[in-house]
Amino acid sequence: MSSVFEYAPAPESRSIVDIAPSYGLFIDGEFVEAADGKVFKTVSPSTEEVLSEIAQAGEADVDRAVQAARKAFEKWSALPGSERAKYLFRIARIIQERSRELAVLETLDNGKPIKETRDADLPLVAAHFFYYAGWADKLDHAGFGANPRPLGVAGQVIPWNFPLLMLAWKIAPALATGNTVVLKPAETTPLSALFFADICRQAGLPKGVVNILPGYGGAGAALVAHPDVNKVAFTGSTAVGKEIARTVAGTRKKVTLELGGKGANIVFDDAPVDQAVEGIVNGIFFNQGQVCCAGSRLLVQESIQDELLESLKRRLSTLRLGDPLDKNTDIGAINSEEQLTRITSLVDQGEAEGAERWSPACELPESGYWFAPTLFTNVTQAHTIARDEIFGPVLSVLTFRTPDEAVAKANNTPYGLSAGIWTEKGSRILAVANKLRAGVVWSNTFNKFDPTSPFGGYKESGFGREGGRHGLEAYLDV
Amino acid sequence: MSDRLTVLKTYKLYVGGKFPRSESGRVYEVTDSKGKWLANAPLASRKDARDAVVAARKAFGGWSGATAYNRGQVLYRVAEMLEGRRDQFTREVADAEGLSKSKAAAVVDATIDRWVWYAGWTDKIAQVVGGGNPVAGPFFNLSSPEPTGVVAVLAPQQSSFLGLVSVVAPVIATGNTAVVVASEKSPLPALSLAEVLATSDVPGGVVNVLSGRTTEIATPLAAHQDVNAIDLAGADEVLAKELEIAAADNLKRVLRPQPVDYTEPPGIDRMTAFLETKTVWHPTGSLGASGSSY
Repeated sequence: MSSVFEYAPAPESRSIVDIAPSYGLFIDGEFVEAADGKVFKTVSPSTEEVLSEIAQAGEADVDRAVQAARKAFEKWSALPGSERAKYLFRIARIIQERSRELAVLETLDNGKPIKETRDADLPLVAAHFFYYAGWADKLDHAGFGANPRPLGVAGQVIPWNFPLLMLAWKIAPALATGNTVVLKPAETTPLSALFFADICRQAGLPKGVVNILPGYGGAGAALVAHPDVNKVAFTGSTAVGKEIARTVAGTRKKVTLELGGKGANIVFDDAPVDQAVEGIVNGIFFNQGQVCCAGSRLLVQESIQDELLESLKRRLSTLRLGDPLDKNTDIGAINSEEQLTRITSLVDQGEAEGAERWSPACELPESGYWFAPTLFTNVTQAHTIARDEIFGPVLSVLTFRTPDEAVAKANNTPYGLSAGIWTEKGSRILAVANKLRAGVVWSNTFNKFDPTSPFGGYKESGFGREGGRHGLEAYLDV
Repeated sequence: MSDRLTVLKTYKLYVGGKFPRSESGRVYEVTDSKGKWLANAPLASRKDARDAVVAARKAFGGWSGATAYNRGQVLYRVAEMLEGRRDQFTREVADAEGLSKSKAAAVVDATIDRWVWYAGWTDKIAQVVGGGNPVAGPFFNLSSPEPTGVVAVLAPQQSSFLGLVSVVAPVIATGNTAVVVASEKSPLPALSLAEVLATSDVPGGVVNVLSGRTTEIATPLAAHQDVNAIDLAGADEVLAKELEIAAADNLKRVLRPQPVDYTEPPGIDRMTAFLETKTVWHPTGSLGASGSSY
């Protein structure tokens, strides 16, 4: 990206990570081939380089993995919580030790900037295991009554936007509560989950407690539908979430869903503009906007629209897009060609419907999947880009005059995952936060996460919470 | 002959604080456990169900926005009114469930006590299931429960009064509004409860009571895009599955039917099933470069 500042390249070395030419499925403590021998390739989104060939799980593999998890459940759930805790503490420590390696790996496989994997993803991954490790021997005190029991085998399906972090959100509470796990990572980002399998080996985790099945949607669907799965946890699109809700209907399976969003970031006229601009940028351009809780709708009070947009555009012009392994990169690659196509088509639709498109001067690399940070003005609530989740670096700007109007517009969506409020006035923060129908409200900050803090949506953003004491409930018979 | 002819009651639906007949103009015969005619109850239609959702949605802002203390007072007021009508409900429960007068009276007492129990929960549940989160950073971070919205409640079929109150009270105690489908065979205690609600400060629309065919009324409720949650207590296995599939269309919160002994202490599950958790973050600044000192 052209900029007033010229930076020398500062690439993180990729020699710290050793990617094998091929990987198997991780079932019952072993790497094995898929029953039907199928494989698929995983590529680096920033270069389209093939990173590795991965065994592709099918229905038979799902069955095998569930059986392994079922067998392991008996002993794992019978272990004293203090012993399970020690396994989880071990895993947390090994993640910290291998943090740099995993950060580079995640950047290669996902396309997100090393700055984010190194400073956000990996520290949070380790923190989640630490947090839930401590719960394993304290479940009697978690507020769900004495001696809450695990559910059994957890089938977990996670997305490609935070591959290792989503794994941590799913596996840490499941193991702490005594469940065993079959996890399907996304087909575009299977590598860090397979490296996690190696961490389980290093930690001496009993065989079958964690099973990893890279594969496509079909494997996920088979896992969700498997009659011997007791708990389903899914993070991903609302459309798939609804399909899962239908699949588990009439069964005893407990289900939690973390689905899409269309977060409103509300900026009042007394907000500190510079901080708000940083928050807006962080809200929508973090991880190329491929974040379910992204602040993709900017609601700005009419009186400061011009000032704010000017600052925002100036700030966007300083963002650096390019090699995700470069430590100065702010915007990395879009995760896949498919996702790039989806973003492109929604943005085209935004233009066709009359919204005004703007991007900073921005050179995109020749190979790989890239999309320049994009801002739309003249957006109304009826526009597709204000209603549909884009899951890309695209911000729609709407305006409001009164706090009531801001609340009404913020809530005018079937989603209810996140929202932001920017104002210096404390009473206004609390009044507006009270009225927003969203599971997470960031005031004068955005996109903050912590293992102790429950996260999850209202309405069609799904149900259940991950993180904190609340996150335990999903894996206990309560 | 001086035998006085009794005055029978025309039972009606309860929607938006009013007592309409079914818009369909239909009624069905309600009999006691021995088959003796008790009354004609309204046979609510899909349209009645949709009207009830509109009323419940309209009432949601006010009810969820009321202070927990105020909601507790209103619920307690209902218990006061119930106590005054103890004899009436004893008679209705005895008829509905074929119980002796003394057994029915015990059921009614338990029901009133249950209502009182939930009245006391309104201003406590937030402290029990919410709280501050010790995040690793300079942030104030607080999780609080909030009502999920409009809840469709299929009341249990067998326990026409204790079961009914056990599923309705937790829904509204936490600030939700409810569209209640009464026990199909024994709807009269539910329709009479509506009269109590109407005279006890519960705002119109907070609880709406429909009687009729559970399948007919529940199907549009489960599919309704403006209903946020559904309690399937009164559905059989086949219907429950069907409704759960329909509920997936807008990701309603679903409470599946399960064997419940309504005479046992209920726990808080029926309240938490219809609560969302909202987590609010705010930065905390430092007091100065040197930190604070006392």
